[in-house]
Amino acid sequence: MDLYRAHVLVCGGTGCTSSGSTQLIERFEQQLQEKGLDHEVKVVRTGCFGLCEAGPVVIVYPEGTFYSRVNVEDVDEIVSEHLLKGRKVQHLVYVDHATHESSMEKSLDEVGFYKQQQRVALRNCGVIDPENIDEYIAFDGYQALAKALTEMTPEQVIQEVIDSGLRGRGGGGFPTGRKWLFGYNSKADQKYIACNADEGDPGAFMDRSLLEGDPHAIIEAMAIGGYAIGASEGYIYVRAEYPIAVRRLQVAIDQAHEYGLLGKNIFGTDFNFELHIRLGAGAFVCGEETALMNSIEGMRGEPRPRPPFPAVKGLFGKPTVLNNVETYANIPQIILKGAKWYASMGTERSKGTKVFALGGKINNTGLVEIPMGTPLRTIIYDIGGGIPNGKKFKAVQTGGPSGGCIPAEHLDVPIEYDTLIEIGSMMGSGGMIVMDEDNCMVDIARFFLDFTVDESCGKCTPCRIGTRRMLEILERIVDGKGEEGDIEKLETLANNIKSTALCGLGQTAPNPVLSTLKYFRHEYEAHIKEKRCPAHHCQSLLSYVIDADKCKGCTACARVCPGSAISGAVKTAHTIDTSKCLKCGACIEKCRFGAISKK
Amino acid sequence: MPELKEKYAALDEVIARHKGEPGALMPVLQEAQNIFGYVPKDVQQIIADGLGTTLAEVYGVATFYAQFSLEPKGQYVVGVCLGTACYVKGSQKVLDKLAEELDIPVGRTTPDGVFTLNATRCLGACGLAPVMMINDEVYGRLTPDMIPEIVAKYR
Repeated sequence: MDLYRAHVLVCGGTGCTSSGSTQLIERFEQQLQEKGLDHEVKVVRTGCFGLCEAGPVVIVYPEGTFYSRVNVEDVDEIVSEHLLKGRKVQHLVYVDHATHESSMEKSLDEVGFYKQQQRVALRNCGVIDPENIDEYIAFDGYQALAKALTEMTPEQVIQEVIDSGLRGRGGGGFPTGRKWLFGYNSKADQKYIACNADEGDPGAFMDRSLLEGDPHAIIEAMAIGGYAIGASEGYIYVRAEYPIAVRRLQVAIDQAHEYGLLGKNIFGTDFNFELHIRLGAGAFVCGEETALMNSIEGMRGEPRPRPPFPAVKGLFGKPTVLNNVETYANIPQIILKGAKWYASMGTERSKGTKVFALGGKINNTGLVEIPMGTPLRTIIYDIGGGIPNGKKFKAVQTGGPSGGCIPAEHLDVPIEYDTLIEIGSMMGSGGMIVMDEDNCMVDIARFFLDFTVDESCGKCTPCRIGTRRMLEILERIVDGKGEEGDIEKLETLANNIKSTALCGLGQTAPNPVLSTLKYFRHEYEAHIKEKRCPAHHCQSLLSYVIDADKCKGCTACARVCPGSAISGAVKTAHTIDTSKCLKCGACIEKCRFGAISKK
Repeated sequence: MPELKEKYAALDEVIARHKGEPGALMPVLQEAQNIFGYVPKDVQQIIADGLGTTLAEVYGVATFYAQFSLEPKGQYVVGVCLGTACYVKGSQKVLDKLAEELDIPVGRTTPDGVFTLNATRCLGACGLAPVMMINDEVYGRLTPDMIPEIVAKYR
C-alpha cells in the first residue's frame, strides 16, 4: 500500500455533487498527475461533511485545511500552492459567516460550525471513502458485528441496546432495545429486519447523508439486529429520489458479500444474513411502518391498523423489526464502546446524540450532530451562525409536516423528545427549518396542510377529508377571505383528526396548524379581522406603494412593471395603480433608492 | 418500429427475472417506467399477465405512487423543489417564473413535448435552497431571474 503525505478530501454528498464536486475530483487527479504528485497525494471522494452551505467542500490533510465553494479553476491553485509549495490558498479558505473569521490557522474541528458537535452517527461521514470497505474496516468497521457474533448472545446484544437508552431516530422515539426484544420474543420460522430509509420529511436529509457517507455502518447494524432478533434477511426501503445513496448502498452490500460479512456463516458462526434493497416510488405515507411494509410487498402503500404490531406480524406476515437509518448508525458504536458510554451523552430521558438538518433562513445550512439536551439557541446561533441579512428570528420548524413551529421564547429549551412535544412540536426525523420575520406563519401552516392533503393515502376519512377542509379554510385566510369563526373551526377539525385518523400521518397532520395557532394566533387574527399579513408575505393582502420623498423619478420601476401599473413623469415621484398591480415585486428589486415598499 | 419491439422484449426480460419473487410488482413497474419513460395501459396489462395478477391491481399500485406516470413525459423534466427549506427561501417564485417562461401550468408538458414542469418533494439538497432539477442536473441557489437563461440552454 502506498503511503501518502497528504490527502485531499472532496465531498461527494448530494449537495456538493450538484455544485460540481465530481469535476473537482477529476481536475485534482489530472493536476496531481501532471505535477508528478499522484504517488504522494491521494484524492478521496467522501460522504457529506455537513456544512452544505460552503459546498463544494475540499479538505486537505494533514493540516485539516477547510476550503469552501471551490471551483474547478481553483483546483490548479490548491495543487500548485498548497500541495506543491505548502502554502495555504488564503482566498479559498472557509470564512465563518457569523464571526467573519477566516479558518486559515484552524483545522476543521476548530471551526465554529463543528466545535460543539459530537459525531457518533456521522463519525465516518466526510472522513472515509464510502465506496471502499477497507477504509470502513480501518475505522473499526465490522468489529461490532464480530464482537456481537462471537462474544455475545442475542439477549446480551438486546440488553446492551436497551441499556444505552437509544430511542428511534425516525421521529416516534420508541426505545430501540425494547422493539428488538419484541421481535426476539416473537416465535416464527422466518423473521425480518428492515431499515426505513424513505426519508420523506421535507428539510431532513441526514438519512441520505448517512447512506451516502457511511453505508457499511447501516449494513453492519442491520446484521447485528438480525442476529439479535433471529432474522436471516433484511430489507432496506430507500427513496428512489436518492440515486447516489442507492448506488453506494448496493456497492457496499456487494463488497460486504465479497468479504464474507454478509451471506452464510459470517465470522465462522452459524449466522446467515442477506440484505435486499427496495426502492420507494414517491409516497410520503410509506415512511409509516405498516405502509412501508405493504409497499415492499408490492402493494399500494396504505397503512394497516395496529395491533398486530409489525414485531408480531409484519412483512409478509412475519415478525419484523423496522428501524430508521440514523438509529442503525448508532448501533455499532453502542456495541463496541458499550451502553454506558452511549448513555453518558444526552439527558435523562433522551440519551446520546441527534443529527439535525439545518435549513431555511440560517447562515450555516447543513447537518449537525449534537448531544441531546443542547438548547435550540446553541444550534441556531453558535453552530448555525444565526439569521442572514440581519433579519429577526421568528420561529424554527421541527418535525416536518408532523411537527410544529417553535417561537423565540422557547429558544432555551433543551432539545429532547419529550420537551419538544411539551412545547407543541416534535423531534421528527430532525429537520430544522429556521424562519425569519418575512415568513408568514399562516402561510407556513397552509404549506404543510397542502403537503398532507396531497400525501394522504385516502384510506381513512378523517385524514382524507378532514385535512382537505382544514386546507380550504387556511387558503381562504391567506387569500384575505377569512371569516369570523374560522380559527375555532380549524381547532375543532384539528382535534378530531388527531384523535381519529388511522396512522401517524393523519394523527399528526394538524400539528403545524395547532402550534402556529398556539404561538402566532395574532397573525391569524390579523389576516381574518384586519385583512393584513403582518409578515407582508400573502400577496392578496399586500399593496405596493412608492414613497414620494425617496422616489427620484428614474422610471426604472415603470419600465420593468409587467402590468404597466406604474406611472409618472421623468424626475418626478411615481405612483402605483393598485388596480393594475400584479404584486410581482419586480419594481422593488429594480428600485435603487429603496422607495418602494409592501404594506 | 424495431425500437419499440426491443422495449417490449426488455419488459419481458424484466418480468421473467422478477417472477415469483415476493413483492415483485414495484421493481417491475420501476424498470418498466425506465424502459418506456411511462407506464401506458398495454404495459400494465403485460405486467399483470406476466406476474399472474390483475390489471386493476397493477393500475391501483401505479396510480398510488407519484413516481409512476401514465402519460408520456417531456424530453426534459423540470422539477422545482417545494420542500420546506426551499419554500421558505422562495421556491414558489421560481416555479411561477418557470410556468410563465414555459407557458404551461405546473404538472403539464409543453405542446412540443420538450418540457414537463413539476413541483417536487424535498430533494434533500436543502443546503442549496431553492433547488430545481432538470432531468438529473441539479440547479441550486436559484432566483427567478436566473430561469430564462437556464431554460434557454435546453431549447
